[in-house]
Amino acid sequence: MTETADDVFVLGGEKFGSRLIMGTGGAPSLEVLDQALEASGTELTTVAMRRLDPASRGSVLDLLRARRIKVLPNTAGCFTAGEAVLTARLAREALETDWVKLEVIADERTLLPDPIETFDAAERLVADGFVVLPYIGDDPALARRLEQAGCAAVMPLGSPIGSGLGIRNPHSIELIVEAATVPVILDAGIGTASDAALAMELGCDAVLLASAVTRARRPDLMAAAMRSAVESGRLARQAGRIPRRRYAEASSPARPA
Amino acid sequence: MRVVVNGGPFELPDGATVSHAVRALTPLTSGVAVAVNGEVVSRGAWDSTPLAESDLVEVLTAVQGG
Repeated sequence: MTETADDVFVLGGEKFGSRLIMGTGGAPSLEVLDQALEASGTELTTVAMRRLDPASRGSVLDLLRARRIKVLPNTAGCFTAGEAVLTARLAREALETDWVKLEVIADERTLLPDPIETFDAAERLVADGFVVLPYIGDDPALARRLEQAGCAAVMPLGSPIGSGLGIRNPHSIELIVEAATVPVILDAGIGTASDAALAMELGCDAVLLASAVTRARRPDLMAAAMRSAVESGRLARQAGRIPRRRYAEASSPARPA
Repeated sequence: MRVVVNGGPFELPDGATVSHAVRALTPLTSGVAVAVNGEVVSRGAWDSTPLAESDLVEVLTAVQGG
């Protein structure tokens, strides 16, 4: 771990100055999204692939291009490995990137990732030359298997997408971090700044969030808060927190002379 | 001939290619990808890939998400 001011985040062989990866879903308008992205300082941001609507105006792609933010297509909305592989290939064609946030969900109600379909898709996409960033449950065994399969990172959830419940199982996130040799990106469930800071304190390399910012009353302010939280959490991780104690430990000398 | 574009019925002249279907929806070419019957057709092949009766054409682009 580098403990310097220029603490660079390396993902898929590329360097990033920001450890905050943004999603673009949920923003009330492209203008609001643009302000939030600027305030977040993000250098990598997800988009979804959908049927082209001839009536829609304005493009999230133009916005990302203007801000020189690298685009990360996702496979949101896919329920099977086959759908996810096709969506990733379409994204590669449309966006000229072989990076993909692999997201294969099990059901609409929880949006929890399907581990079997996700693993199947990951193997096929790695074989097809993609830089695969899989969204998974907080499962250390699956994280290890995906890393062995050649994924460029693992992205465990803190809690369900859009729930804002934060990190429900910090112990599992720590176990994933301890074992991983690829970056661990906390993805989904972040509700507010302290959740993002906790993710970094637990040793995650980056945080991916969308709703917490785009659905906040003031997305630009929350984006700035998240940026600070990720930086603070990272610094705290590098600094090394003091142990938790059951009783007090005086910080002043024991007695007045 | 009648094909299906993004889930809806679509009338195209016989001999029409993937390019015809895309141009009917959008003047854009960048940021757009096409699958015909579940297989990606790369941009360079749009002009030379003919469509057939009942083909399922999907024309996708990036939107806000994730």
